[in-house]
Amino acid sequence: MSSISHDHAHGHGHDDHGHHPTGLMRWITTTNHKDIGTMYLIFAFTMFIVGGLLAWGIRAELMYPGMQLWDPERFNSFTTMHGLIMVFGAIMPAFVGFANWQIPLMIGASDMAFARMNNWSFWLLPVAAILLVTSFFLPGGAPAAGWTLYAPLSVQQGMSMDFTIFAIHIMGASSIMGSINIIVTILNMRAPGMTLMKMPLFVWTWLITAYLLIAVMPVLAGAVTMILTDRHFGTSFFNAAGGGDPVLYQHVFCFFGHPEVYIMILPAFGIISQIIPTFARKPLFGYASMVYATASIAILSFIVWAHHMFVVGMPAAGLLFFMYATMLIAVPTGVKVFNWVATMWRGSMTFETPMLFAVGFIFVFTMGGFTGLICAIMPIDIQIQDTYYVVAHFHYVLVAGSLFALFAGTYYWLPKWTGHMYSETLGKLHFWASIIFFNITFFPMHFLGLAGMPRRIPDYATQFADFNFIASIGAFGFGLSQLIFLIAVVKCAKGGPKATAQVWEGADGLEWTVPSPAPYHTFEEPPHVK
Amino acid sequence: MRLREGQSWAAGMTLMGATQLAYAEVDGRYNLQTPATGIAQQMYDMHTLMLWICLIIFVLVFGVMFYSVFAHRKSRGAVAAQFHESTTVEILWTIIPVFILLGMAWPATKTILELKDTSNPDITIKATGYQWKWGYDYLKGQGEGVHFVSALSTPREQIEGKAPKGPNYLLEVDKPLVVPVGKKIRILTTANDVIHAWWVPAFGVKQDAIPGFIHDTWFRADKEGVYRGNCAELCGRDHGFMPIEVHVVSAEAYAAWVDEQKKLMAAAADDPNKVWTMEELKARGEQVYSANCAACHQANGKGLPPAFPALDGSKIANGPVGDHLNIVLNGKTGTSMASFKQLSDTEIAAVITYERNAWGNATGTVVQPADVRTVRSNKTAALPAQPVKSGHAG
Ligand code: HEC
Ligand SMILES: [Cu+2]
Repeated sequence: MSSISHDHAHGHGHDDHGHHPTGLMRWITTTNHKDIGTMYLIFAFTMFIVGGLLAWGIRAELMYPGMQLWDPERFNSFTTMHGLIMVFGAIMPAFVGFANWQIPLMIGASDMAFARMNNWSFWLLPVAAILLVTSFFLPGGAPAAGWTLYAPLSVQQGMSMDFTIFAIHIMGASSIMGSINIIVTILNMRAPGMTLMKMPLFVWTWLITAYLLIAVMPVLAGAVTMILTDRHFGTSFFNAAGGGDPVLYQHVFCFFGHPEVYIMILPAFGIISQIIPTFARKPLFGYASMVYATASIAILSFIVWAHHMFVVGMPAAGLLFFMYATMLIAVPTGVKVFNWVATMWRGSMTFETPMLFAVGFIFVFTMGGFTGLICAIMPIDIQIQDTYYVVAHFHYVLVAGSLFALFAGTYYWLPKWTGHMYSETLGKLHFWASIIFFNITFFPMHFLGLAGMPRRIPDYATQFADFNFIASIGAFGFGLSQLIFLIAVVKCAKGGPKATAQVWEGADGLEWTVPSPAPYHTFEEPPHVK
Repeated sequence: MRLREGQSWAAGMTLMGATQLAYAEVDGRYNLQTPATGIAQQMYDMHTLMLWICLIIFVLVFGVMFYSVFAHRKSRGAVAAQFHESTTVEILWTIIPVFILLGMAWPATKTILELKDTSNPDITIKATGYQWKWGYDYLKGQGEGVHFVSALSTPREQIEGKAPKGPNYLLEVDKPLVVPVGKKIRILTTANDVIHAWWVPAFGVKQDAIPGFIHDTWFRADKEGVYRGNCAELCGRDHGFMPIEVHVVSAEAYAAWVDEQKKLMAAAADDPNKVWTMEELKARGEQVYSANCAACHQANGKGLPPAFPALDGSKIANGPVGDHLNIVLNGKTGTSMASFKQLSDTEIAAVITYERNAWGNATGTVVQPADVRTVRSNKTAALPAQPVKSGHAG
């Protein structure tokens, strides 16, 4: 089966050899996985900045008690759009960018399986982003129902809600196409000799993630479509007066929402599993158990959704089921952490920036894992659901988890992408600034939540003032630290010490067999994997 | 390892690196609020237990990791070993966590079964979420029949920074919920518009209030005192401004309070057949308006367009009375304009008369409580936009 695809990909590679368009048209028409990967990454970083500015808007208002800057509705639209933009605009596209760049290089394929569809799935994203961002300028302002868009509040919103629904449809289509492409590429285009159980873990985690995406993006599309028809076409899915139920929305949304959080963390696990062995100069401990753990997490993610809904008024049997199932996720997640630590054990470690971020990831992500376990205990969750504790928890897993893994991956593969070494000084500075400001921002939020500060409020009781002030200072610092990242990357793209093909002493894998920078076309002849 | 009741710990991990437990008096700043019910106490203890377990695992795992980071460095001459699996170790670290989890699940299960048991309450109270205040109806038990609306009482000047903030800033209401100490109170939650959540941390109670559905929860407060909480589900613009304040009082004080409420309600009850003058209606209507409508339509009637339309000069407030009555009684689906049918006939008549004759509006229409009653009684679902005869008095 795979040989057929090879021939196809091979032929395609020659088609546009040397005479691809230049300038802007190169980027608009490109079908090259490396170009598309780069565009995904630039897009994601741009959205990261937009989402970050919104976060600044939120933290600026919350710096002191009292209302200073924004109308409460505007504040709500900031929290809503911050969430939507970071999830759908920054984190998810960034991982797809990594998939585009790295999967073909890591499995020895010449490109993605569906090169034109790849272009299309990228170019849908800016369209969706424009719809999202312009909703700020519509009458009534951007949606303010929270990124979860819970009905009936979302049914009440102004026309920007329709823009958002449409944007979600488009992003969903983009994700589904991207996922199909990734699955087909991985299953059909691996170099001869690369069996499934020889695939690099990053490829494994993305394969599983892609299945998750295909399973749940349509569910999200369904949920928001029901909002749309409730808003405009007289249906009553979520309106009790018409026989509907607002909680139905939450079930459908969270059925998407929980796998979604693994969609944002599994590829991060993959990146970390590539980096730790490289800098420990020692093979990954427990490769097979890593694969099984990833698959178990993915499967469990479909039966835990109602842990987001512990206070809607479920019967005891439901509460118990969802609590037990959720607690189980700690087992495979624990296995991963233990495997990483065992990989480091008796290695010969060096701490270049990718490794710093990877170790930082393990440390801080695990704290998020612990708070997740605490949230899973339903009686405790009654106290912390919809408080700043949850805000702290998911930023520990999404920022210190997904985002730090993305930074780790960027520094790790940047020399391969640009052909230059980045500045280690800037990289290290970025790491230390990020991890310190991250904790200054989010650690106090645990206390705020425990003490009873609800989330999504523009103003708070005075006993929360000092921790909010600290969190705001941290947020400004965290945001500014990301400029260091921008400078480091731009500087590296422009020049710097030449990178070797191997780049890192302990690196292992097909991507390190091609020169740095990776040529426009790679693996036109599939390599052989022993 | 389980901590005894009454011990108060605040657990905190330092920002980076080493972790530590800080022994501190709980003042609601570092830890869950001081529990006032048995259930809240169980939650508190369970959280402390979880923190200890997590802390021990944390120290073990990261002790190993940081030792390795320190000792197994290339710069210290470490040579990499090449082992990469060990079935025994891998099975062990899969099985042991399962047992730890079972240990955690056991107390949690007991608490869940207890907190879901809302049977045999002494008093049943319905809490209704409105954008953005709470309505309370005492449905059963001592105090049956008492009902009132409870809204934020923090003055605007404090919120806007024009006056110093009081000690209970944003956690105070005009009419608190009052319950007797030591009695099982069942709270039924529902909502009028969007989802809200009724949350009082010291009671260990948080329950979503969902429009069109009724859910329940319960608490039995052990100590007299004032307990405060918030709406815990994003419910629109003023979600952050709809607190909950509960006064737990002695049995005698409660009985006295109930008497007082009954008297107040009797005094405030309007004679539904009274024919009001325009001036009386406008004065009453202004009160109703500022309590119920001004949050969106603003005191000056200018609204906050486009989210909340102006009523000053609006088509409906200057058009047929039937349309006006219709939107106030039935709301408008798909918008935040909810139904206000919970208001009395007199209140609706007053607020409509007020809106039609305030600011720049000068329709001269007077709506009497009897008109509202007629419309209510001959409508089923949606009211046809039939005109209502207007004006008894000039
Ligand atoms: C939660 C916010 C909110 C509250 C509180 C509220 N309204 Fe409204 N109201 C709205 C919105 C939004 C509309 C516009 C509905 C639409 O799109 O037609 C509206 C429309 C109206 C209109 C029609 C205006 C026009 O000409 O289109 C009237 C009359 C009105 N409200 C009266 C009231 C009265 C009386 C009260 C208090 C008893 C009240 N409203 C309380 C949000 C609110
Ligand atoms: Cu609310």
